[in-house]
Formats: sequence, structure tokens, C-alpha cells
Amino acid sequence: MSATTPTAKAPKFDRSKVDIGSILLEGRAFIALIVLIILFSFLSDSFLTVGNLITMTKHVAMNAILAIGMLFVILKGGIDLSVGSTVGLSGVVAGVLLQGLQIDSLNVVLYPAVWVVVLCSLLIGTLVGFVNGILVTKFNVAPFIATLGMLYVARGAALLISNGSTYPRLAGTPENGNTGFGLIGGGRLLGIPMAIWIMVVFAIIALVVLRATPFGRWVYATGGNERAAELAGIPVRKVKLRVYMISGFCAAVAGLIISSELTAAAPQTGESFELNAIAAVVIGGAALTGGRGNIRGVLLGAFVIGFLSDGLVIIGVSTFWQITIKGAVIVLAVVLDQAQQRFKRSKNAALAVASKASATPENSGITEPSAK
Amino acid sequence: MTASAGVVTGAVNTDVVMRAVGITKNYGPTQALKGVDFEIRRGTVTVLFGENGAGKSTLMKILSGVETPSAGVLELDGEPVALRSTVDAVDRGIAIIHQELSLAPNLSIRDNIFMGREVRSNGIFVDYKAETTKTAELLRHLEEDLGPKTLVGDLRVGQQQVVEIARALAGEARVLIMDEPTSALSGSEVEVLFRVIRELTAAGVAIVYISHHLEEALEIADHAVVFRDGALVAKAPAAEIDLAWIISNMVGRSADDLSPDLLDEFGEVALRLTDIKIADSSNPARLAVDGLSLDVRRGEMVCLYGLMGAGRTELLEALAGRTPLLAGSAELEGKSLGSRSIAERVELGLTLVPEDRQRDGLVQTMSVGENLTLASLLSYARRVFLSGKQEKDAVDREIRDVRVKTSSPTASITSLSGGNQQKVVIGKALLTDPRVLLLDEPTRGIDVGAKAEIFALMARESRKGLAVLYATSEVGEALSASTRIVVMSKGRIVAQLDPRTTTREEVMVASGETVDEGNGDAR
Repeated sequence: MSATTPTAKAPKFDRSKVDIGSILLEGRAFIALIVLIILFSFLSDSFLTVGNLITMTKHVAMNAILAIGMLFVILKGGIDLSVGSTVGLSGVVAGVLLQGLQIDSLNVVLYPAVWVVVLCSLLIGTLVGFVNGILVTKFNVAPFIATLGMLYVARGAALLISNGSTYPRLAGTPENGNTGFGLIGGGRLLGIPMAIWIMVVFAIIALVVLRATPFGRWVYATGGNERAAELAGIPVRKVKLRVYMISGFCAAVAGLIISSELTAAAPQTGESFELNAIAAVVIGGAALTGGRGNIRGVLLGAFVIGFLSDGLVIIGVSTFWQITIKGAVIVLAVVLDQAQQRFKRSKNAALAVASKASATPENSGITEPSAK
Repeated sequence: MTASAGVVTGAVNTDVVMRAVGITKNYGPTQALKGVDFEIRRGTVTVLFGENGAGKSTLMKILSGVETPSAGVLELDGEPVALRSTVDAVDRGIAIIHQELSLAPNLSIRDNIFMGREVRSNGIFVDYKAETTKTAELLRHLEEDLGPKTLVGDLRVGQQQVVEIARALAGEARVLIMDEPTSALSGSEVEVLFRVIRELTAAGVAIVYISHHLEEALEIADHAVVFRDGALVAKAPAAEIDLAWIISNMVGRSADDLSPDLLDEFGEVALRLTDIKIADSSNPARLAVDGLSLDVRRGEMVCLYGLMGAGRTELLEALAGRTPLLAGSAELEGKSLGSRSIAERVELGLTLVPEDRQRDGLVQTMSVGENLTLASLLSYARRVFLSGKQEKDAVDREIRDVRVKTSSPTASITSLSGGNQQKVVIGKALLTDPRVLLLDEPTRGIDVGAKAEIFALMARESRKGLAVLYATSEVGEALSASTRIVVMSKGRIVAQLDPRTTTREEVMVASGETVDEGNGDAR
């Protein structure tokens, strides 16, 4: 009985209040980030230094790149659990190629150029995404299960290729003509690590794709209402396949950055990275049901997680507490998100009532909501 | 009128067991019920008549605790009650058989019947033995030869409906609400149901019954109540009324004012359907559409009229490319639709405005503008990038063109009223520049004013040469807003009528809504 009566009165009465509340909610990830920075600056002198900020942002970049790929999948209404394993696999592929390919029959060792190595790694990552996409679209496997399977398969492949051991010394040698791999993760441009530049470039590209291309709109529509999207003539299957490929590609990039920075590729790299990526997307306000989320939110989410983890390390909080606090922050983010959605829903319902009320019998085209 | 119903009316006392006073229900901006007063009497069958969207089902949902009213009071035995949930209602002896089946297909008949009210032994464990015995008893009573442990998913729809009925009976209700209980039942199953209903009323149970099969409903009725546009417009003892009384009260006069301008002469054939057969998705052995042939010309506005289950939705969905044709051919301006995808059909000029706006028509997470351009997005793209200006122009033009009342194109689609949302869905279809526009129940859940606007819009496009084919189950719409009425029943075309020379009764009779014989006096 009480459910609908108040909403009918809401638009005039509560508008200002709702708006302040929703602004606070809307900007919650940003506010959280500011609060974190202020808090840690007080607790530690070394937190707010240029050097530390760059280091932390570099950590953020790895997760942000994964999260950008993950955002595409989550916007479409899916999930990609395989990205952590893809990080490991792409690093191992780079490692095996940089160590030199032993061709027994010819008794030679091939040393592919670095750009070939990078290309192969990216292809492998995209391939993992492609398999995910095929499983989801052609075989109707639930995204959670399909990518869970690929989580194991990709990790297993990484272990098989490397036989479980780490590839050291990926710097290459001038004789073999394969130096320069280390620049991807270790290089700097204008004093800023390459990883951060890559994150920025990826964020811009993703932003443009999502905002200014039909494909971007299709991703939102497919996640928002797949049936309606299909009926509108959107190639839903193609969209689904592509988002997994994008996610796999991003994971491969992250894998390259990490193995380059360490100049070593271990098959275990990237374990549980998928969870950090999902957390960043969720903290950024994306809905796991699809159709809602944006790049700005994802970046904020990645920064909140990254600064929180590193900040806790700097002020010397134990690892166990770090994990617990991170979990609590994620849950809190979703709780706040739900509150925001409730606000929005009741506001929209009120608007719908208002639009009905202002709808006069004579049809005057567009009418501004007359209630002020 | 059967003798037995009359006997029951006379024999049992007519105490009011449940009363609704001034019940109003708003769904967002739509007023589904407008201050309805309503009584349910012990030992009688009260039948609710009314067209789709008249408010019957909403009232039933309120009476059974599925929905809470926006205003008004429910009284049970003279005491005001607030039904918080269906469980609460069942505890108070009010059970409902839903129009949409609400069974879990992965569970057995027994587990479905006792879902939420499991029989306990020692207060902890489920007493499966007692449940099985009781289920077998109920099924025997309903003359359904099924084992209690049969999976509900393995049953055909009619049998599932019997399980729904059994579930309601198991609760030993004092008030039993039946919302379209016979829509999937066979003739003999209906007879069994009516026998059970008479047994129940004889035992003092009050029954509220909704059906679109007027004749059938009148057979079981003690009291008739007619709803129209969310209001209770007429009530009378069943003995004093006939079909004509029901129909005239059901239809009222509101539908007559639609009458948009339509063409008299039409262009060449835009859509040609030849011997279409479509399988029934819920029962593959059955055909939902069985050998249907139809031509729709440019400038025509053809209405597909029929009851629920007549095959209208199945036909339109198959034409849109959502489900495959089993046999037959569909051609758009001479080009075979064949195995083309939905996207290709949209490209070719055939678009469907679906029946369920929320489920299939709108992307709720998007704005008004984004919804409008969803189907025509590629035409605003240069290379890979969208032209923001072109898209914005198209949105502004279309908002004006289909008269969407919105504060801004960037407002959330959920901030619009139902009628305006539907205009957005239609505007989205029109932006694809269609040759043939299919609409499935385009005015479902929309108030009268918006209804007229939507039909005016469809008519305007048809005058421009668009071929319009729409499905409706409201006779008033069919008569006042079409150039031709195609009546479907059981997957076939049973009549093609000219709306200018046809009466309501003729349309209803043709569709099988009323039975032909012994009914001549109704006209």
C-alpha cells in the first residue's frame, strides 16, 4: 500500500534532496579515492610523493588495462574469469619466443624479432577470448562456466609450454637481434612508465569505441536487453564474440607489460588478477547484469583498489587485514550502487507520473515537465 | 445457463466473504484500477468480464496478495486486512490459479503442489509419503492420469494447468481465484474443472473466475461483473443477463473514438505469406500456425484478431525472424525472407514492434534517444564513428514526429509513461524506414488517450504507403482502426472481414470467443 503513494508525490517535494544524495552516490568512487589519498597522506610521509604516486599508478595500470577489457564483457552482461590465466599464458608465449625457438630438424634456433613476439602474445590472448566467445555464442555455455574453463585451460597451457618453470632474462641479446622487450614494462616516456601510457591510450580508445561507435552502443544495448537488441537488428552474437576477444587482448597486453618489467615470464603470473579486474569494474559502478558502466568508473575503481592496497602496505598493515579490507570495500561499493539505483528508479517512476500528469489531451508535441 | 449453477445460487447463503472497497492501483503512471468496489460471496462463482487491460487480472493480483493496492481497503469476513504476500493470502484461505503458469518445471507434480507449504513430519523433515498420497488423490479427483512424481517440465501445457488447479485445491481455500484457468485445457478437462468448481461452491467455497471465453464463463457464473478501463462498470446475477449484455458493457464506447483516417485503395502487395506453418514452441507436436496465407498491400492497415493462443504472436515473431518457419514462404516485395536473420529483415524493411514492451522492446538502461536510434544506428555512422549530430537530429525529429513526451532526449527511458515508451518503440521501428511494419498488441497496458494517438500514428504511416499488420485481442480496436480484419483461430485464418460492414458480435463469433449455435438471440 505504501509502495507507490510516496513516489507519486516525490518529484516536486524531494527533488533537491534526491539530487544531492545522488551526486554523492554518483561520485562515490571519486570521493573514496580522495578520502584514501588524504587518509594515507596523514598516516605516511612517503605516500604523497611523486615517486610513490608513479609507482602506485604503474601497479594500477596493470589492473586497469585488464579492467578495461573486463568492462566490455561486463557491459554485455557476461563475465571473463580467464583473464588472469591469459596474463600468464601471454607472458610465457613471449618468454618461449625470446629464449629462441629450437627447430630440431634444421638444427637451428630461431630468434624472432620483438615485434613478432609481441604480436604472437597478443594473438594468443585474443584467441583465448575468441574461444570464450565461441563457447558462449555457439555452444550456449554460461559465460561464468566458459571462462572458468578457460581459466584452467589457459593456465594449464602456460604450465605445459614452460614445463612449469620461469623464463628468465627476456632482455634479449644484440647478436640475436631481439633486444628491446624490456622497454614495454620498464621503459619510460617523459619520466612516466610505459605501462601508464599504455593504460591512458587504452582508456582513450575504449572511451571512443564505447561512446562514438555503433559497436559501443551495441555492447550497451546487448547488455541492457538482449532480446530488444536482437529485435532491433543488432548482430548480438558478433557483439558477444568481440567483447571476449577484446578482453583477451587486454589481458595479453597486461601479460606483456608484467613479463617485460620483470624481464622474466613465469607461468603462475596473474593468478587471481581476474578478481581485481572485476572488482575495479564493480567499484566503478558497472552492473554485473550488463548495460551499465563506463571507462571513467573503471579507472576510478582501479585506482581505489590500487591505492588502497599499496597504501595499506606503506603504512604497514598486515597482508591479512589488507585482504579483508579490500573485500569490505568491494561489498560496500555494491551496497552503495544498489542505493543509487533505488534512488534512480524512484526518481524515474516519479518523472513518469509527472509526464503522464502533464500530458494533456491535445497533443502539443514535446512538453517540458510543467511541474516546477 | 445451466440448471446446476442456478440451483447453487438459490441453495447456498450469500454471505460476503471478501470485499474490496475503493481499490486503486497505479503502475507508475498507468492507472490499472480506479476505485473498484467488489464483493465475493460464499458458495458462488463470480465471473469477471472485460477486455485485455480492463483491470481484471490486476484486481485478482491484489485479492491474492501478489500486489498491494495503491489505495483502498480489502475486507475479509468484514475485517480490514492487508495481504502482505501470496503466502499471507494463502494462510488466510485465499488461493489463486494464475494466468501465467507459476510452476517450477524442474520439480515433480508433488513438489510443485506443496511448494512453500511442505508437509512436515516431526516438524523438521518433509513427509514425502503424505505428500505423494495427497497428490495422487488430487490428480484422481481431477481425472488426470499422472504420477505424483512426474516432472512438471515433461507435461503439456494443459496438464500443467491442471497441476496449477490441484495446487490451489490442496490449500483448502475459502476463496479461490481462477485467472483464465481453461486457456490451455481440452474440452473434457474443462468439464472436469467445472464439475470440481460446482463441488467446491456446494461446499461453500467462493470462486472468482476470469475467462475470455464468454460463453464458457457464463455457463459457470452465478454473478457477472464487467470491467472496462480499470473500472467496474456493471454487475448482475448471471440469471438475468445474456451475452449481448456482457459484450455491450465490455466494449462500451471508448473504443469507437479511435477511428483514424485510412486509405480506401491500396498499392501493390508488400508482404505475401503462402501456406505458413509454425511449430508451437511449448508443444512441438502441435502447430501454432497451420497453413496460413495472407497478402498485405502497401497502404493497408490489417488487423489480426484472435484469442490468446490463436497463433498471432507466433506468426509475427516468425515473420520478424525470431523463430523459424516450419513450412511455407514469406516474401517482402517479392524478396523471400527465407532464412534471413533479424538484422537482414530490418535492413530489408520489415520491423516488429513486439508484444512485450519491457521484455523485448526497450533497453531500460538506455536513454530515450539511444532507444530511438537503436535499430537504425548504422545510418548515422561514417566509417566506424557515429555522427553525433546526425543521430541527434534524427532523435529530435522522431521525438516530434511520434510525439514522445519527454523532458529531454537524454532522459532515461524508464522515466516515460507506458504510452510514451510505446511511441519510442514505434519510433525506433519507423527510423529503420520500413516497408512493412508488424505490431503485436501495440496498445497493451496503455491508457485510452495514448491508444488513439498510437493508432493515428500507424494510420498516418499507412497512408504514406507503409503496409501495417497488427495483432489485437480487442474488438473495438479491430473494428475502428483497420482496413481489414483477419480473424485467426487455432493457427488458421477463419474469416476476413470488412470493418465497415461488420459487427462486434460477428468478429467475436468468428474468433470462437462465443459459440455460434444457440446464440442467435444475443444479436
